[in-house]
Amino acid sequence: MSGRLAGAFGVAVVLLATIVELQALRERHYPPSLDEDVSLYMQSGAAIRRVAGAYTPLAADLYWIRTIQYYGGTKHRLSPASGPLQGVPAPPASLAAVGDDYSLLYPMLDITTTLDPRFNIAYRFGAIFLAEPYPGGSGRPDLAVALLEKGLRERPDKWEYMEDIAFVHYWYEHDYLAASAWFQKAGDVPGAPWWLRSMAATTRARGGDRASSRLMWETIRQTTEIEFLRNDAEHKLAQLRALDDIDALQRLVDAVKARTGQTPRDWSALVQARALRGIPADPKGVPYELTAEGRVRLSPSSPLLPLLVEPPSESGGR
Amino acid sequence: MKATAAIAINVFRESVRDKVLYNLVLFAILLIGASLLIGQLTAGQDVKIIKDLGLSATSLFGLFIAVFIGIGLVSKEVERRSIYSLLAKPIHRWQLVVGKYVGLVLTLTVNVAVMAAALYVVLAYMRWGVPEAVVRAWDAPPLDPALLVAIGLILVELMLVTAIAVFFSTFSTPILSAGLTFALFVVGHFSADLRNFEGAVDSPMAGRITRALYWVLPNLVQFDVKANVVHGLPVPFGYVALAVAYAVAYIALLMTISVSVFSRRDFK
Repeated sequence: MSGRLAGAFGVAVVLLATIVELQALRERHYPPSLDEDVSLYMQSGAAIRRVAGAYTPLAADLYWIRTIQYYGGTKHRLSPASGPLQGVPAPPASLAAVGDDYSLLYPMLDITTTLDPRFNIAYRFGAIFLAEPYPGGSGRPDLAVALLEKGLRERPDKWEYMEDIAFVHYWYEHDYLAASAWFQKAGDVPGAPWWLRSMAATTRARGGDRASSRLMWETIRQTTEIEFLRNDAEHKLAQLRALDDIDALQRLVDAVKARTGQTPRDWSALVQARALRGIPADPKGVPYELTAEGRVRLSPSSPLLPLLVEPPSESGGR
Repeated sequence: MKATAAIAINVFRESVRDKVLYNLVLFAILLIGASLLIGQLTAGQDVKIIKDLGLSATSLFGLFIAVFIGIGLVSKEVERRSIYSLLAKPIHRWQLVVGKYVGLVLTLTVNVAVMAAALYVVLAYMRWGVPEAVVRAWDAPPLDPALLVAIGLILVELMLVTAIAVFFSTFSTPILSAGLTFALFVVGHFSADLRNFEGAVDSPMAGRITRALYWVLPNLVQFDVKANVVHGLPVPFGYVALAVAYAVAYIALLMTISVSVFSRRDFK
């Protein structure tokens, strides 16, 4: 009896292995297409809410996971140099969105937050995904603000959403008056941290200033308990350091050019001129590039790209 | 009373023999697998997702047990003709119906209790090693005792669904009973629409009918506090007490009708 059972088990294992091998063989000869259209069969969160019934929170979680995969996949496809999204694992290729550029991002976030109107992370991360300039995000700060305002309608005392709206105005729209007003509003909420009011004053007085930007991201890095937001703040701080480096290196290049009368074409010229000890690298360890025209810039393979677009300011962005 | 208890225990034993509790293994695999995978699929709120998954799975697994076992409790005895030997014993018909119902409720209670314990174990694993400051930023603590309120109300809802299944099984075929029970479960979660239908139709009569249905059909939405509990929102004691009282009254109504129908059935 046990021999017969072992025989049956053996046959089952062999058959299973055959099935796996046949599938692998077919995929080797006829690779499955990755060009599957990513689409939302149901666009209305309210309709999905009806269908999901008692399992609406779970449906919200599934849409959130899908949103993360969609965003991560699209970002990875559009800017592979940036590597996987910080704090978010890269999805398998089959799950990565193809064929469109973040067009489903807002609808997905809208559905997620309609299914679970208190889904805190969906508002906060979603706003970053939407506001980030293309190709790092959909480049739609207006939709980021709309999403956060939707969250505020559900939880009017959520100062974090007001703080995030202020960041969107500050960072992506360079509207410092609006940013200051939202920082002030957030700071007025009972229980909100004290530094929001200082941020309101600083933003009003020195909006766009690189030092105040650094102060803002440093405050977030130190105060947030959410890993993704901390990683994002660290990324922004690294970008600010890169901007400082580029300015300093550009001054060096210009000085060497003025001294020798020749435009340095690569870093070795500066090293030989003892202006530098070695090839300079950005905060992520990727060497900076020196163009033939003597301009310093980030390497196209740097994960810090795209760099922040700094607003024109009286202090020259310093 | 003794006879009812004996029947109930027998139903429980039968469900164990029928490997109904095997679903617990599936539940454990689902939760443990999800807890390991969720960090790879999402960014943050892993604990919220595990809570949602655990509570939804508890409700869904319980629903299938309540419906598919519930519809067979009485009809299976009739089908197998074992009803004759049962009725020949010194027991009342009401004892048979109530005993069967209590037995299935006992099975569901054990099932839900084990699922709740498994959920807490997985949540404790997810909480382990996470800094206190990070945990404070979450909507609700991972090992929130309030989860028991949601789980308790799921159990109460399942008890009501079981009573519906038993009610249908006293006079209908198993397939029809399953269909009708699922239909009432769905309608029970759309009761707000029935209440508001009056404003959406021109006919005052149609409005009045849907309004009447709203009051008469089981309102299952009130037992769903999963979202509140997961987000750390309070569920007032008065609310829970009223929901439980509603369920008790509705179960009593269904059992009364079930016993009445079953007592009048002719098995010749």
